[in-house]
Amino acid sequence: MARTDVQLMLDVKAGDEQSFELLLRKYRTPLVNFLYRMVRDSAAAEDLAQEVFLRVYRARKEYAPSAKFTTWMFHIATNVALNSVRDNRHRKMEISMDQTLDANEDEQPAMQVPDRAPSIEQQLVAQTRSEMILRAIHALPEKQRAAVLLHKYQELDYDEIARILECSESALKSLLFRAYETLRTELAPLVSSVRI
Amino acid sequence: MLGTEGKKNRCAGIENKLVEYLDGRAKPAERRAVEGHLAACAVCRARADEFRMLWDAMDDLPVFSLSPAFDASLRARIAAEPAGHRFWDWLPSPRLVFATTALVAVSIWMVSMPRVAPNRTASEMMTSEGTTSRVSEEADFRMIRDLPVLENYDLLSKFDALSELPSSATAAPGEVTKESR
Repeated sequence: MARTDVQLMLDVKAGDEQSFELLLRKYRTPLVNFLYRMVRDSAAAEDLAQEVFLRVYRARKEYAPSAKFTTWMFHIATNVALNSVRDNRHRKMEISMDQTLDANEDEQPAMQVPDRAPSIEQQLVAQTRSEMILRAIHALPEKQRAAVLLHKYQELDYDEIARILECSESALKSLLFRAYETLRTELAPLVSSVRI
Repeated sequence: MLGTEGKKNRCAGIENKLVEYLDGRAKPAERRAVEGHLAACAVCRARADEFRMLWDAMDDLPVFSLSPAFDASLRARIAAEPAGHRFWDWLPSPRLVFATTALVAVSIWMVSMPRVAPNRTASEMMTSEGTTSRVSEEADFRMIRDLPVLENYDLLSKFDALSELPSSATAAPGEVTKESR
């Protein structure tokens, strides 16, 4: 019978390194994907994922199963990602200023501006679409971004996401609605093309 | 105008329920409420359709692949963690410190108490310790037993309560009262 994540973590607490290995194998890909979509930097995402696993490992002695393991781990991951985003706030501000200027010049949303990087021109349409979606998600306010990623890609329960983001469930639902509404507007051409 | 305002309010009322309706996690009552509104409101119906299309588009986001060095790098970082105990890990827990201190204190107190042989009976104790006092107690008892009845004349003659009694009732013939003295 497969052990639950909580049981695995309790075994790690008891000194079973193999159980930590199992947790690592199970969650490294979703965790890195979550972090990559949060920070949009592959190297940083891997570094942050390692940081999350290190924190889980360091906290093993004090671990108490008061919540689901995923809630605990993604709470750590969200904090790590938000700290990283805030540390790079200067760079982020430059990017958003560029997007605002582009939007003002063309009188179009920033997401409709074709990527002018030469390498992007060589990419397939699917890759461009993915890039547009990633950009739109990354342009969301930090908390909305985390909420969308945890809801859409990790498929966590509302109570789990609310605990991770330290808000009420009703506040989370409002947050998600505003986030998807923004994405719907920003990705309107993409949504239209899907419709066609 | 009022109708438009009321419609806006109704739309705002289902906004927070729309996401959980679309992802299939809404409770039956909320689902019915949203479905009822969507049937009547073309704007919200279009929004719901576009949310579904947005989510379909978001599903196409490729999964990020880990670099081959990820595991090795993480294991190296874990191995670099201080394996030994930290200084405070070696300190005993507060409970243990308290219990040990209490035990030592009780031990010292017990050692400082005067020693009494555990199997000595009360009679033995009287034999060994009170032999001389026992003789004097017996003498006192005999003296008290043989003591003749004493009348403390001075005490009775000065007893104020007796003086208040009528002399004819209290004074028997031959008795001496304060007044007659």
